[in-house]
Amino acid sequence: MSDRLDVRKTYKLFIGGAFPRSESGRTYEVTSSRGAFLANAAKASRKDARDAVVAARKAFGGWSTRTPYNRGQILYRVAEVLEGRRDQLVAEVRAAEGVTEKRAHGLVDAAVDTWVWYAGWSDKLAQVTGNANQVNGPFFNLSTPEPTGVVAVAAPQASSLLGLVEVLAPVLVGGNTAVVVSSYARPLPSITLAEILATSDVPGGVVNVLTGDIAEVGSWLAGHLDVDALDLTGVEDPDLARELEAEAAINLKRIVRPGTPTAPDLARITPFLETKTVWHPIGV
Amino acid sequence: MPKFDYAPAPESRSIVDLRASYGLFIDGEFTDGGGTPFKTVNPADEEVLAEVAEADEADVDRAVRAARRAYEKVWGPMPGRERAKYLFRIARILAERSREFAVLETLDNGKPIKESRDVDVPLVSQWFFYHAGWADKLEYAGLGPNPRPLGVAAQVIPWNFPLLMLAWKVAPALAAGNTVVLKPAETTPLTALLFADVCRQAELPPGVVNIVTGAGETGRLVVSHPDVDKVAFTGSTPVGREIARTVAGTDKRLTLELGGKAANIVFDDAPLDQAIEGIVRGIFFNQGHVCCAGSRLLVQESIAQEVLDRLKARMATLRLGDPLDKNTDIGAINSAEQLARIRDLAATGDAEGAERWSAPCPLPDRGYWYAPTIFTGVTQAHRIAREEIFGPVLSVLTFRTPSEAIEKANNTPYGLSAGVWTEKGSRILAMANRLRAGVVWANTFNQFDPASPFGGYKESGYGREGGRHGLASYLEGTR
Repeated sequence: MSDRLDVRKTYKLFIGGAFPRSESGRTYEVTSSRGAFLANAAKASRKDARDAVVAARKAFGGWSTRTPYNRGQILYRVAEVLEGRRDQLVAEVRAAEGVTEKRAHGLVDAAVDTWVWYAGWSDKLAQVTGNANQVNGPFFNLSTPEPTGVVAVAAPQASSLLGLVEVLAPVLVGGNTAVVVSSYARPLPSITLAEILATSDVPGGVVNVLTGDIAEVGSWLAGHLDVDALDLTGVEDPDLARELEAEAAINLKRIVRPGTPTAPDLARITPFLETKTVWHPIGV
Repeated sequence: MPKFDYAPAPESRSIVDLRASYGLFIDGEFTDGGGTPFKTVNPADEEVLAEVAEADEADVDRAVRAARRAYEKVWGPMPGRERAKYLFRIARILAERSREFAVLETLDNGKPIKESRDVDVPLVSQWFFYHAGWADKLEYAGLGPNPRPLGVAAQVIPWNFPLLMLAWKVAPALAAGNTVVLKPAETTPLTALLFADVCRQAELPPGVVNIVTGAGETGRLVVSHPDVDKVAFTGSTPVGREIARTVAGTDKRLTLELGGKAANIVFDDAPLDQAIEGIVRGIFFNQGHVCCAGSRLLVQESIAQEVLDRLKARMATLRLGDPLDKNTDIGAINSAEQLARIRDLAATGDAEGAERWSAPCPLPDRGYWYAPTIFTGVTQAHRIAREEIFGPVLSVLTFRTPSEAIEKANNTPYGLSAGVWTEKGSRILAMANRLRAGVVWANTFNQFDPASPFGGYKESGYGREGGRHGLASYLEGTR
């Protein structure tokens, strides 16, 4: 290390394609796994959560109606940009999770590969999860998947980057938009990921990242009437998970419960897909 | 439009052998219930049909234990091809006894015999036949090489299609290897109890199907029982919400088929003869007691007057009366409570300034009846345009452009179904893409089939029933 004093980054929220501070002015101290000061992260407020939902809803129309090929290209582009910032992410994951450099490399590589895997699903979902249905009469009848809408995601607490990618990419590939609450103790890689998203053709508002406490933010999202689904993967307290699931019943949000496996799988995508079935008579 | 006078043509009810009282069907036997027995009446004349046992907590527990035992000892381990044969048997017996079921359904529910005979019961048999074929092919359902059943399914069904809803719930559950505890609606328990006799004739092992009768409290006991693995409910959105809260924090899987406020959109190039029939089928089929009913007519402004004139002329020919009469189009409202709800909500249409028109048909003196009714001059703010009425009442709104039609159609917390009427193919597909609803009927309405997934977006619930998607609601993937 030279004697040069480093220029530190201010970690802010990511809402509607911009990086605002918390409207509340609140921050909290983020330390490395060894307790060293890393940064003051923004502590998202109720207003921030609501702004993020507004941004996600606004982005939903455009994102969900892009062709799947285009969506796949954009998500693949995210992987490309991720790849280019591996060193930065390795350093952040090391600091956050206290893992060896080799392990951190493995985690970042897996995050990139996971993103690539999901990107390739975009134009296969209808073929794999849809159906032509043989009904008892002269009708054309076709079932196809459509995105659920705005998905609120509690990202895993331990795995700061890979865990986040594993819950975020499957939401996006189906055409949903997301409001993610990242790991409370290890939030910094999520904001770097947000910077990558902001510079890789993902339209503003498609992903919104809130740093803060899920015990606080979770309730504002679970009870929000313009959120269509809630992924509770990162909620570690069973009582909180139960409360949030119950609160989410207010508008029948689709729920992914804690403990749902996060390894890349189609079963991660389908909870955020609706099946639409179209009928038309056949005749001349 | 001429209206012909027909002589009465009532279907004989002698085919139905009604008992004075019915017990609970648990572990293959009828037993008494611990609750207070209740009466089920014929809504067409308020005659008491039978007394039915009410299941209390101990009864529900007994039913769940019987289902658990049957799941672990018999039905779960049974090879799929054997389960299939039981389900094929059930499908055939239902077809053989179809007239008996149709008459009983019409007596207990009030729906026209034409519908129970030609729609409900044939679909019920088909539902079991379709799912029977799945029982030994689950590894092809797209859920991995060895999908597993969930266990004991708690199922609560509504009164609008009593036996058909039983089939929607029981057939996929059993095909996938689950056992069930089913609670029929308190106003329409009889065909479910007669279904117990079908299980007997098919020699279905005891405990695979258990039927507990009662009202809301019994339903709560069934869905909240700790040893239940799966909850499936069809009914109102408020009750669905309550159930979602009840299962929060458990491992229970949940599917919900809830309310709707479907838009039926008619463009100026629509095939009008078919569209008028589709509007009538959309809202007056089953007295409008249909969660996917086309209760909001969105008609393009340029043809609104013509459509209304033709719709009124067609409505004037609808025959309302004795549900057992084979010429009857509109039967009885299922209960006094539902009739009161329809009247209350329709009254808000008057109060909020919409204009009411009802078909000029005489209503019988006894029983629960409501004449087919339309409201015009309805705005999106009116309660009759926002709330599910679950009765033969249509709200008519107009639009000018396809975008306006989409905006109005989607302007609801529901998202169960929608209809589009136009001769232009590209417009059908564009509208179908933009409508946020689980089922879109284009140039048709209210079609159902066991191979076709059915279920809603948004507050109309989640999960699908029918087809491969519906089967998946009763399986755990292994991929």
